[in-house]
Amino acid sequence: MGYLVRRALHGLFLLVGVSLLVFGLVAIAPGDFYSELRLSPTVSPETIRQLRMEYGLDQPLHERYLHWMVGMARGDWGASLTYHMPVWPLLRDRACNTLLLTVSATVLAWILALALGIWAVESGKPVFNTLAHGVAATLVSVPDLLICLVLLVWALRTRALPLGGMASVDSAALGALARWRDVFVHMVLPVLALTLSALPLLLRHVQSSFAGAMTAPSVNTARAYGVSRRRILWRHVLPLAANPLITLLGLSIAGLISGSLVVEVIMGWPGLGPLLLESILARDLYVVIGAVMLSTLLLVAGNFVADALLFAVDPRTREEHA
Amino acid sequence: MTAGGTARWAGILLIGVCLSTLFAGFLAPYDPTEQDRERPYAPPSKIHFVDDAGKTHLRPFVHPWKDDGSGGYEEDPGTPVPLRFFVRGAPYKFLNVVNCHYHLVGVDAPQRIALLGTDAYGRDQLSRWLYGGQVSLMAGLLATAIALAIGLMVGLIAGYFGKRTDALLMRVAELFLAVPWLYLLLALRAFLPLRIGPFEAFLLVVLVIGAIGWARPARLIRGVVRSARHQDYVTAARSAGASHRFVLFHHVLPQTSAVLFTQAALLVPQYILGEVTLSFFGLGVGEPVPSWGNMLQSLQQYNVLVSYWWMLIPGLALIPLFWAFSVLADCAQKRVEFPA
Repeated sequence: MGYLVRRALHGLFLLVGVSLLVFGLVAIAPGDFYSELRLSPTVSPETIRQLRMEYGLDQPLHERYLHWMVGMARGDWGASLTYHMPVWPLLRDRACNTLLLTVSATVLAWILALALGIWAVESGKPVFNTLAHGVAATLVSVPDLLICLVLLVWALRTRALPLGGMASVDSAALGALARWRDVFVHMVLPVLALTLSALPLLLRHVQSSFAGAMTAPSVNTARAYGVSRRRILWRHVLPLAANPLITLLGLSIAGLISGSLVVEVIMGWPGLGPLLLESILARDLYVVIGAVMLSTLLLVAGNFVADALLFAVDPRTREEHA
Repeated sequence: MTAGGTARWAGILLIGVCLSTLFAGFLAPYDPTEQDRERPYAPPSKIHFVDDAGKTHLRPFVHPWKDDGSGGYEEDPGTPVPLRFFVRGAPYKFLNVVNCHYHLVGVDAPQRIALLGTDAYGRDQLSRWLYGGQVSLMAGLLATAIALAIGLMVGLIAGYFGKRTDALLMRVAELFLAVPWLYLLLALRAFLPLRIGPFEAFLLVVLVIGAIGWARPARLIRGVVRSARHQDYVTAARSAGASHRFVLFHHVLPQTSAVLFTQAALLVPQYILGEVTLSFFGLGVGEPVPSWGNMLQSLQQYNVLVSYWWMLIPGLALIPLFWAFSVLADCAQKRVEFPA
């Protein structure tokens, strides 16, 4: 348990560090949200000064940081300057949408990678191995931007799937079940794009770690004893191959969160990505900070889950950190 | 094919792309900013050898596009326009130094040729792709150089001196790795000026990508340096009176070359994609200077995406390029793990 507590504390340290880093970036930023307003002849400098004061933009940076930290501790993420509302409710909905996308894509990509990888290795036929290698090698050179665009072209041509957003225009009138179906149909394209962009890396690692585990002495011994293939796979190979893969889970989450930004923006999925982009263009300071912090939180949480899994699965980790 | 054979092809491809963007002025038929408002979104010109009468010509020719009456284009078969080689055209600076106005291919004015089609302003996509490569490739290479230089310095210091220095530097590196890459990139971009000229934007993109990319190479190099530091020959050199500086540069630094090369092969495509993504979002190099990213920008409109497939070519061209980089990275990785 001590190990998990230490990992959690480490995650907390990272979050605080990143918040310092982001505020440090604010310090080097020229101008703020109201710099643009200054150019407008209808807004007097007096009004701008008042607005700045209202949002605390006239205070020195360290005081703003302290103020923000105290607010964070109370669950107050600051105020959005464009939306004139607290940042948190804005971020919460968007983060849930991003999470929906990334979690589905993570699950789907891992299932595909494990199934394809194990099948290629276990079948023992080099043809399948080469095929899986080929799929990984091809997909790895297709940038996620392009996967999105190609999928969009396909969807636009065939009109098979709805585009943009996560709900149809009339979704408010639908029943609960129909509304879920609606969201699901809208999810297909972005999830597919994310899965395809995450797949090659996973597939490659699944293949190499399973191929390595297949030739381990313990597996050979089991085979010599005449243990069935299925039992060898589940009882002997899987535990051996699991360790590097769980470490990879944490890494793959990082890739997926970055990747989902691109996918969300291109496919018009209302997640954190479009919000971040929009608030960058509007210089909406606290939304940018909040979105970055939240994406970091997702990543840190993903890594924590991977750590916890490793702790549960690998006895070596348990003993090392007991 | 053997791994070495594939790697050779990948290397040839990369050198080819680099050279063709280097000689963009000569290879491109037009200036990348030259507009032809009469022919927006013209499809790629079809090259013919056989004319309508069935006669085969040695010199290839194209038919000019004319309005088909419904907003599209059709070939005008009446007027074959022969391709000319080494023609005089728009002036450019050969290798950015020598004034020159010869182009590899072209057609007699006022006709125009668009081998990869034209964009919304009737600008030649091929010319823009070639010139855009100068921006995007250079951005990738420079950003990698910056990231590796910082990473190397931090990694050497942290790995060699260890203890508190090491702990501090690695904590900072962890911070940079804790934020999803693209979010960090956009956040850093967010706090820098938005409306700037293309050249400043280019420098900014390079610096921003380089400044956040150092953490991973730094960690890897630190690992190599740490293990090299405890080798017998390092201890021997130290006990023979070699200074830290001498040991660092003569015994430790050469050990990191393999990691540096592998990282470079991994980072260059990632950073090219970084520039492409930033410019695609409108946060990178802006019009009228072409870059591979801002050439894709018009595809954000669905009608462009569906109607004008050739606008996708600059994006599709990234695939073989990235394939080549991944082959080289694989090859380098294998060399590191199983040295011949």
